[in-house]
Amino acid sequence: MASVEFQNVTKSFGEFTAVSGVSFDIGDGEFVCLLGPSGCGKTTSLRMIAGLETPTSGQIRIGGEEVTQLHPKDRNIAMVFQDYALYPHMNLADNIAYPLKVRGEAVAGRHARAREVADVLKIGHLLDRLPSQISGGQQQRTSLARALVYPAKVYLFDEPLSNLDAKLRLEARGFLNHLQRDMGMTAVYVTHDQAEAMALATRIAVMDQGRIVQYASPIEIYRRPATTFVANFVGNPPMNLVEVEGVQGEGRLQLKAEGLAIAGLPMSDAIGKALAAGSRLTLGVRPEHLAIAAPGAENTITAPLFANENMGPESLVTIDRGDSARVTARIFTDDHLDLGETVTLGFSAEHVHLFDGAGQRIPATGE
Amino acid sequence: MKLTLPAFVGRIAFSALAALIGAVFALPLIWFLFAPFNARAELGLAIPDPWTLSNFATVFGNSYAVQALWNSLIQAVGGVILVGAAATLAAYALSRSSIPGKGAVTYVLLLFSSVVSGSAAMVPIFLIVSAAGLIDTHLAVILTFAGGLLPTAMFILRDFIDSIPKSYEESAMVAGASPVQAFFDVALPVIRPGIVVVVVWGFVNIWGSFLIPFILLRSDRNMPASVAIYSFYSEAGTPIVTLLAAYSLIYSLPVIALYLFVSWKFGFRFFGGIKA
Repeated sequence: MASVEFQNVTKSFGEFTAVSGVSFDIGDGEFVCLLGPSGCGKTTSLRMIAGLETPTSGQIRIGGEEVTQLHPKDRNIAMVFQDYALYPHMNLADNIAYPLKVRGEAVAGRHARAREVADVLKIGHLLDRLPSQISGGQQQRTSLARALVYPAKVYLFDEPLSNLDAKLRLEARGFLNHLQRDMGMTAVYVTHDQAEAMALATRIAVMDQGRIVQYASPIEIYRRPATTFVANFVGNPPMNLVEVEGVQGEGRLQLKAEGLAIAGLPMSDAIGKALAAGSRLTLGVRPEHLAIAAPGAENTITAPLFANENMGPESLVTIDRGDSARVTARIFTDDHLDLGETVTLGFSAEHVHLFDGAGQRIPATGE
Repeated sequence: MKLTLPAFVGRIAFSALAALIGAVFALPLIWFLFAPFNARAELGLAIPDPWTLSNFATVFGNSYAVQALWNSLIQAVGGVILVGAAATLAAYALSRSSIPGKGAVTYVLLLFSSVVSGSAAMVPIFLIVSAAGLIDTHLAVILTFAGGLLPTAMFILRDFIDSIPKSYEESAMVAGASPVQAFFDVALPVIRPGIVVVVVWGFVNIWGSFLIPFILLRSDRNMPASVAIYSFYSEAGTPIVTLLAAYSLIYSLPVIALYLFVSWKFGFRFFGGIKA
């Protein structure tokens, strides 16, 4: 196991800059998720750790050793690919044992080790099969077994669960989580699924347009998203963002928007600075922090009902403030709500997030 | 569904017409199957009476005819090995490396091979082979075909390799394989069906060609079967149908056998990427 360091790494493909001046480090034994929408540079970053892409500029270190120009085979890493990349002409035993074969281990030894790993992953009975003769979930575990068959410094995962159906994905996610904590492996995991990142990572690097927007623990990213982008990307459904007009009145911050009734917030230096730059702010409230409230009460948003989706244990109640400015609440209710009926959703002041005109978080007092 | 009478009659008429057209096209093939076993074969269709192998005995008694089959084999196998190996390596490089303008290179090659080949190129080819002192050698035929078939072979294979995910070799290299190891262990076996297609196509091309060996070769002992067939004519120029029929059948067998072998071994199934 080893640490990974990115130092001002940039990768361009012709005119297009996939990764732009990224610096971060991954501690020994950490599980870091690179999270972001497609095209944000997360896969390119992972491939640069693997050595499958060479940075245009900057440096990458694995375990303190400079590897920027090193060939993948000399980095002693393991990687699970999105399409699994199982060799179609080899049976599972040979597939899993391939890394040992290129390391010069004899047939008997490497097949014994492959069986050991396969048994742990519950595919031991399939070792004679070809990849085309097993299910998608089994293929996924085979590619995982091939990565685990030798001791690597860093384990890389490129959206390994995205080809599985929902139920298998949950199962595999739980297994990966257990495995990583159990082995104490250093892992870098690329995903666009925020739930996967939240469940697995010790730290998440949220990426957008080739840059890291926020690099923090899952709980930090959930509780204190650095920008509206992060707020909108993490959480299911994502955080409600309401554009508001902010003015200072009676020593407090007064927020105004259609359908919004909110008590003045205590002023702070940060809020003052944001207001000096412009009065347009963004108010954020997570769907799970909203509940049905009495009409006319403070700290509420009122608008006609747009949709009521019953998910079983909970309902997603969406109201429409006009111009597609919708607010969704995740609530526990069996109440019947009519389409177009006016609904009031309430929240408590401690769950309010504020962002300035550029979308940057305004730290709350005490943060 | 119940058929109306006109529809029923129409269907029968259509089937009858199709059968008639089929029969017209099948006649030469039926002749081709019957005539070799008929000691008195003519150009007309006749069921052999009695069935005999005497025509084959005459062919195999003719040392020139047998040598010609052997020559065909040498030239076809030689050419195919050269084309297969060169096209695989070249197509792999064209598909996987990031050479600027590699698309243009491929298309220019293809254009030249299809436009500047065949009869039009015969004179320069003859002059080159002559200058190299290779006239009347197997090597002349093998090299000419290798050069002529290579661009198209590269084109077919490049397309095939393009459709195979890079992640095969990438995963091998991450696992510790050198690029050469990754090519031989992982890429080559996956590309193999594509190579087989090129090899079969090349073999059939060389085996069936007449003009190039006819021009580049002089002596009887080097002529392939396609040229040798012309020896089964009488002095007056009329074909000796019995021998011609038997020899044609023998001449066709390797190609048929090759197709059967490939279809049995590979079933023309191709491995692609695994994406559930």
